[in-house]
Amino acid sequence: MSLWSKHAIFEKNSIILLVGILIVIAIGGLVEIVPLFYLKNTIEVVDGMRPYTPLELAGRNIYVREGCYNCHSQMIRPLRDEVERYGHYSLAAESMYDHPFQWGSKRTGPDLARVGGKYSDDWHRDHLREPKSVVPGTVMPAYPWLAQNPLDFSHIKDDLRTQATVGVPYTTDMIDAATADILAQASPDSPGAGGSRQALSEGASTGLRRQPRSHQ
Amino acid sequence: MADTAVVAAKTKSMTIGEGGTALALTALAFVSLVVAAKAYTPEYALHAYLFTAASAAAVIAIVNRYYERAAALPPLTIDGKPNYNMGPVKFATIAAVVWGIAGFTVGLWAALELAFPAFNLDLPWFSFGRIRPLHTSAVIFAFGGNVLIATSFYVVQRTCRARLVGDIAPWFVVLGYNFFIVIAGTGYLLGITQSKEYAEPEWYSDLWLTVVWVVYLLVYLGTVMRRTEPHIYVANWFYLAFILTIAVLHLGNNAAVPVSLFSSKSYIVWSGVQDAMVQWWYGHNAVGFFLTAGFLGIMYYFIPKRADRPVYSYRLSIIHFWALIFLYIWAGPHHLHYTALPDWAQTLGMTFSIMLWMPSWGGMINGIMTLSGAWDKLRTDPVLRMMVVSVAFYGMATFEGPMMSVKAVNSLSHYTDWTIGHVHSGALGWVGYISFGAIYCLVPWVWNRKLYSMRLVNWHFWISTIGIVLYITAMWVSGIMQGLMWRAYTALGFLEYSFVETVQAMHPFYEIRALGGALYLTGALLMAWNIWKTLRTPALEAAPTRAFAMTPAE
Repeated sequence: MSLWSKHAIFEKNSIILLVGILIVIAIGGLVEIVPLFYLKNTIEVVDGMRPYTPLELAGRNIYVREGCYNCHSQMIRPLRDEVERYGHYSLAAESMYDHPFQWGSKRTGPDLARVGGKYSDDWHRDHLREPKSVVPGTVMPAYPWLAQNPLDFSHIKDDLRTQATVGVPYTTDMIDAATADILAQASPDSPGAGGSRQALSEGASTGLRRQPRSHQ
Repeated sequence: MADTAVVAAKTKSMTIGEGGTALALTALAFVSLVVAAKAYTPEYALHAYLFTAASAAAVIAIVNRYYERAAALPPLTIDGKPNYNMGPVKFATIAAVVWGIAGFTVGLWAALELAFPAFNLDLPWFSFGRIRPLHTSAVIFAFGGNVLIATSFYVVQRTCRARLVGDIAPWFVVLGYNFFIVIAGTGYLLGITQSKEYAEPEWYSDLWLTVVWVVYLLVYLGTVMRRTEPHIYVANWFYLAFILTIAVLHLGNNAAVPVSLFSSKSYIVWSGVQDAMVQWWYGHNAVGFFLTAGFLGIMYYFIPKRADRPVYSYRLSIIHFWALIFLYIWAGPHHLHYTALPDWAQTLGMTFSIMLWMPSWGGMINGIMTLSGAWDKLRTDPVLRMMVVSVAFYGMATFEGPMMSVKAVNSLSHYTDWTIGHVHSGALGWVGYISFGAIYCLVPWVWNRKLYSMRLVNWHFWISTIGIVLYITAMWVSGIMQGLMWRAYTALGFLEYSFVETVQAMHPFYEIRALGGALYLTGALLMAWNIWKTLRTPALEAAPTRAFAMTPAE
């Protein structure tokens, strides 16, 4: 009776086969994923990292909705040409509040991790409305509806609350001030932003914008 | 006899499956109606209404079916032979053909958008970022998934010599799965997405799929347990590994907290680097278990049957099965080389990806060598040729994959079209061809008909082969070219090309790729026509008798 015949145990008992499969497929995933949650050096400590402001979060949700990750990465690799083209290589800490991560897997367009501040707001408005108007050779689709559809932020507090549930350090104060915060950041002179402006001057609001994001 | 008939009629009652499913779906219809009324967005309301309509339609269908059916459920055996349940197999087979055409068409459209951006139409629903997930989900989950459900339900019954477990359950799996496809696909177009590759459907679609998938596992496992053959045939090991592992991956990667019951939006519980690892643990094993293990199940049944030869090596099938499912799970981090993922994880991913080459080729050898003594059939049987070429593509893609997982190679290939080309040599060549081969086998077998035209199969094979070659060579050139252009320096030490120059350089290859995709779609349309004509011919007098060659050679 050779060792091969022992395999009949799996071939004759469906539950043993099922449990065998489960054990075999569990090992790799456990070894690779679980340590990432407790090894301290997985995410280096970076000064100035903060969660997104409510308006930034709403903008990020548009990025998600339109599927920008299909063509753009947000992960600069530590290779000479990438660092020269896009800036300092990306750190794990920079996406620690990203649910989900948006590192991407394909660069039909360039990396966007540090595109903030590189072009003017006007450039971005033109580019999103009609990319060819500023980059003639581009294959990027036009997004004219972004300029037309008003942002619906009536449920932004739910978004912040859910983010807090999954571990983003939004405090109750930040969540309560979220609507005013959006208005204040989008158009500081709008009526609804008043409360937030006052709160900001008193230092009692989200406080999110007082620290610039470290990587920009 | 009349007495027993009367008794049977009196005792006709709903089964637990019928009553339970009808009740659960009635409840779902009402809950969906409330959600539709209070939904945050009109897109989500539309989905809620779809849930209401589909649940209500299913309840009506279940009750109607109950009134029309005989008192007793179909017998498990007739004259000592298993009474196979082929209805769900037939549905999934046709669904696979329809979704295949849809998925290839959307793929062609996406390719045209990259070559000619005007195809985006400046409309949100058709812009590349929404079309591309529609394409990937349509071909992987809609086309591939229906092929897997159809073949697995066929193979498990034939190799276990047992009728599928359940009366409503197999239909729930097939119809529920296709409803998931509709929700997922329309969601992308409307902007409802988690933005996790190959796991884009939002939380409620994921929950629905979880229910469907658990029922799938139970039906499959129950049928294996009902078998009258002492051994579980090798194809079933692969199908079982596919169903079970996909369940685990789906639950792990889609762990999310919805913003509200009335919102389609949710946030994944993982973030940043951990989310990246979980995503590619899922993403790579969607390839490993959905597109590989499941389709190896197809290979292990349909190639021996079609060639009328036993599987080449029983021992090789044991080794490569366990090695494949053990090693595949580790390979995910090769999607994250040089990222912020810790180096130890990247190294593990690369090492296991290279080792994975061996069991992959073990499977390829076992599939191709099954033709030992029947090589002549490659000339005469285009269906068998399609399946064997499929396994050859599998061998090629599973060599290219480990090579690309080497960090030095990956630093060039990552983020470029080389990855797209690699995926498509696996998807068009391996998954597509083994699926077409299985469909060309299944339709005549299940409907008891003669295939309308072998010449058309031949045309399908050659047209789509030219399409694949154009596609993957175009992507190799464009990917490697772009990777080299990104890292090119002038003599003075400046980056030589701006990003958009690399984009413009790829244009001719994007045109060639679109042409390749068009040829592949043309081949699939020939198949659809062939299947349609086959179903229009009258059924054969008697079931064709086929010699069995299921005993593996030692």
